[in-house]
Amino acid sequence: MTDFTELSAVAMLPLGIVWHTVFFWVFAALTSGFAIAVVLEKNVVRMALYLIATLSATAALFMLAGAHFIGAMQIMIYVGGTLVLLIFGVMLTAQSAFVSMRTSGGEWVTGAILGGVLFAMLATNAISVKAWRTYYKEGTQVSVDAVETVAPIGLALVGIRTDARVESPSGPAAIQSGYLLPFEIISVHLLVVLIGAAYLARTKVQLPGRSA
Amino acid sequence: MRLNVILFFGKHPGAKRIVAEFINSLLSLSSDHALGYVVASLIHCVLLLHVIAVGALVFIWMERKVSGRIQDRLGPTRVGGRFGWLQTLADGLKLITKEDLMPGAADPLLFRLAPYLSFAASFTAFLALPFADGWAAQVLNVGAFFVLAVLGLEVFGVILAGYGSGSKWSLFGGMREAAQVVSYEVPLGLCVLVPVTVCGTLNLVTIGNMQAGLFTNWLIFQNPFMPIVFLAFFTCAMASVNRAPFDLAEAESELVAGFHTEYSGLRWSIFFMAEYGSMFVVSALAAILFFGAWHGPLPVFASISASPYLMHIANLAGCTNFILKTVIGVTVMIWIRWTLPRLRIDQVITMCWKYCVPIAAFCLVGTVAWEVTGLPWIGDMTPNRNPMGSVREHWAQDDPVASTSHSVVIAEGRRND
Repeated sequence: MTDFTELSAVAMLPLGIVWHTVFFWVFAALTSGFAIAVVLEKNVVRMALYLIATLSATAALFMLAGAHFIGAMQIMIYVGGTLVLLIFGVMLTAQSAFVSMRTSGGEWVTGAILGGVLFAMLATNAISVKAWRTYYKEGTQVSVDAVETVAPIGLALVGIRTDARVESPSGPAAIQSGYLLPFEIISVHLLVVLIGAAYLARTKVQLPGRSA
Repeated sequence: MRLNVILFFGKHPGAKRIVAEFINSLLSLSSDHALGYVVASLIHCVLLLHVIAVGALVFIWMERKVSGRIQDRLGPTRVGGRFGWLQTLADGLKLITKEDLMPGAADPLLFRLAPYLSFAASFTAFLALPFADGWAAQVLNVGAFFVLAVLGLEVFGVILAGYGSGSKWSLFGGMREAAQVVSYEVPLGLCVLVPVTVCGTLNLVTIGNMQAGLFTNWLIFQNPFMPIVFLAFFTCAMASVNRAPFDLAEAESELVAGFHTEYSGLRWSIFFMAEYGSMFVVSALAAILFFGAWHGPLPVFASISASPYLMHIANLAGCTNFILKTVIGVTVMIWIRWTLPRLRIDQVITMCWKYCVPIAAFCLVGTVAWEVTGLPWIGDMTPNRNPMGSVREHWAQDDPVASTSHSVVIAEGRRND
């Protein structure tokens, strides 16, 4: 006879644990599977399609973690951005009806080394964060300093530096210098680069009767 | 004073939770048993599928009737009696029995996948759409943004259909659609930003609840820029769902049928279900962002909307209101389709970058200036008016920790209750 006690114990667990885990594995598998498919595929447009699937599954992972805004951002910017990639894939590389790309052996080696190094770095970092291995119950109140999440960076971006907080009898001191100004400077710099790129890439119209 | 982070995990908010707990109580399981939640999710999905499918059934019939009347003829009259109301069903039967063709030059995977991709994008947008106070499959804190982001994905189906068909007409249609959608996402986002800045939230339920009361509370009467923004929004919305006069991707007179030239039968009809679904979503978005969402012009149900049981009646009336407003939006789209001639591609792009983007940007600046200076407008003449921004999300409003100390609340999208 099969013992069902353990099975029913799993089913009776609160929704948040079982289904989060199930969906996490589903979307993680989708992300990784389609990412590998992008590398192995030869047709540019199909590649872009698999990239859409990978990025959408990543968005689903963000949503699953409760970060709806970042999930929607991921869809808007990265999945939507793939659209442009797709168009360029069709328009700029199409020599025949269906384009297929061949990857040479050297490119495989370079790609494998770069990817391996990046993966090693990310994996080490991910394992070394203590807070990511700790389980918090719903409604738990934790100090920002104790959790070691990205929350301090996010707060610092809007002007509240948790690491340089000054305690005074009247509560926390007024807004200390955050990272907002450096962030804005970088954004404007990016805009300048974009305008420069558009300027360089524009079509140079040759008027008739004038030499280039 | 400490900085606190409150973590909320699990627990689905709103209508889904109520349904799930009800199902669990029927099956005499504990209230947070997973089975109830799975069944509740399925119920939500099936209901929304019906909104798209039955909606398409009605809208296609309406399209024929309205086009008939505009062109001084009757439209369908025979099938199903007096108004030809079974015409769409007859069409559906015809489409099911049609042979499923695929050109020899087509890319089989992309060709087969494209219609489902379009439909999935349209359907996903429905998941975050509230039909009444809290009546959404998933109430998201960033609802407006999510709907916009997901609606933008519908174009993938069109492009892949255009590319995968292996036909020149289809490819032209797909490329036109891509250029159009990439351009129109910019003014569409800017237009949505204007009501969002007034409300101070992206949560569609909260935006809807802020417009309770007399019709003068609707956001369109909030300041003089709102009607202009609404017109720009409606234009961009029509362009982004690929409706005439912006239906260059189909352009029957030039491209045979554009991106769906090679499609027949059920796959073809899935494209159209997606199109009518998207029309519904953008009209619904217009209703929520500008026309008071599920609130009628007079606050008839205001007195019972707070009571624990009668509020469901108020919500039902609200849902009717909301669908009525949305159907009016779709009707206007049909009306415009049969009135205006199709634009050329350069006119479409000019319309976007030279008119819609500057208008939206100007109205955004104007609205911000109007709200900052606190100038009065029609909405402010209402007696006993709640100022905009007084309705907040649950966690920001009455969480004692959040309001007293400088804490960060990390929570899942919660229902405004």
